[in-house]
Amino acid sequence: MSTAQTSVKQSTGKLTVAWALVGVPLGYGVYETLTRVAALFG
Amino acid sequence: MGWLDRDRTIAPPGFNRWLVPPAALAVHLCIGQAYATSVYKTALVKHFGASLTEIGVIFSIAIVMLGLSAAIMGTWVDKNGPRKAMFTSAMFWASGFLIGSLGIFSSQLWLVYLGYGFIGGIGLGIGYISPVSTLIKWFPDRPGLATGMAIMGFGGGALIASPVSTALLKMYDPNSGAKGWVASGDSVGKLFLTLAVVYLAYMMFGAFTIKVPAEGWKPDGFDPSKVKAATLVTTDNVSAKNAVKTRQFWLVWIALFCNVTAGIGILEQAAPMIQDFFRQSDGVSLVSAAVASGFVGLLSIGNMSGRFAWSATSDMTGRKRIYMMYLGAGAVLYMVLALAGSSSTFLYVALAFVIISFYGGGFATVPAYLRDLFGTFQVGAIHGRLLTAWSAAGIAGPLIVNAFLDAQGKPGQLTAASYQPALLTMVGLLVIGFVANLLVKPVDARFHEPRPDRVRAEEPAMEA
Repeated sequence: MSTAQTSVKQSTGKLTVAWALVGVPLGYGVYETLTRVAALFG
Repeated sequence: MGWLDRDRTIAPPGFNRWLVPPAALAVHLCIGQAYATSVYKTALVKHFGASLTEIGVIFSIAIVMLGLSAAIMGTWVDKNGPRKAMFTSAMFWASGFLIGSLGIFSSQLWLVYLGYGFIGGIGLGIGYISPVSTLIKWFPDRPGLATGMAIMGFGGGALIASPVSTALLKMYDPNSGAKGWVASGDSVGKLFLTLAVVYLAYMMFGAFTIKVPAEGWKPDGFDPSKVKAATLVTTDNVSAKNAVKTRQFWLVWIALFCNVTAGIGILEQAAPMIQDFFRQSDGVSLVSAAVASGFVGLLSIGNMSGRFAWSATSDMTGRKRIYMMYLGAGAVLYMVLALAGSSSTFLYVALAFVIISFYGGGFATVPAYLRDLFGTFQVGAIHGRLLTAWSAAGIAGPLIVNAFLDAQGKPGQLTAASYQPALLTMVGLLVIGFVANLLVKPVDARFHEPRPDRVRAEEPAMEA
């Protein structure tokens, strides 16, 4: 495998982990808030 | 601590710039906790035997310190780079929680003021501005999108901190199942300790992920000459010291101040306001406390999504035009809310949602607006100085609304008509902000930093 391919794979892995670390908690927060918002339309 | 220096954070060739927004988000999601203090407010009132105002002072100190530290430390942040700034912010923010927990365990309220308010507030200010100029440098083609992603985190932080804090308080307090339960001081102290550790870890992830672009770097296919095509976008640079001497800085300051004051007017009163708007003649509101709480949640989402969506849109429309929308359309929507908001719950909720999205959008768009006017040289420091408008609005917004409401009657007796004077005052403020934004023109060349082909004989004076 070439160095360029390894670099792209590493970059994709880092990107996935980095975005998951912030995206998962944020998604959880939005979900929890939306369940409260449901009362507004219930 | 040389490993924190700016020189050590220069990105190697091939570095993926999309790693920078999650690093920035990690910091903003943590400091956004500042908007989730209501979760333990009642518990602290009971624990310290203090009034709501005395406990509210903790948050007020933190927000005042945010504005002051952003203004004072902005130049230091620009000079030392984002890693050192994020690291410092994490230290202050986590120490604030640790000292605050000590104050709770020892029942010393002044320690909570010192810890969460003063020290934590410094962490808030440095953390808020720390990634902004770096993001603008990484995304010269989409600065609004980049700053929108980060500053969205400040709105989103409370969405995470609220449910997590509630769950932790229940876990730490053995009496959490009791009827009418209010969390014990001990459980709030343990919550503060937990948050200190978790936020420290998260902010370290941000600090050690962020990198600054190498000198002269630009994204593939990006042509700076095309950006210059917009009248207000400069390719020159203005220092923070000179920026505050320009008319443009103060016009943007007024525009931001008016936009934030108007938004805070709704946010501060969100839950009681919707109940008062739909109060019937028998004094009972059509809107229950649970529904009002759902409304507050919806506004939080409006605030967060507006930060991202409107700021990203500003890359296409231009910053001045989108600010005209925040302030002009905002004034019209505020007017409709004041005069016809009580006619339908749907109309009321929809209007408030859009108004709050404009409030969030104003925060997220302003760093890119400053970049357009003053260049990238010290945009972080200029942004820091501009955030004094937020501190001022944080005092003015609630003062205006509460002063008008106090004159109208007591809580629980207010109706939609009671809010009209306050809301119409906000319309007036938004119109002032609209005019200020309209007057923004390109910065005079005498304020630009010298270039090899252009020298400056003397420092420019304050613009009249």
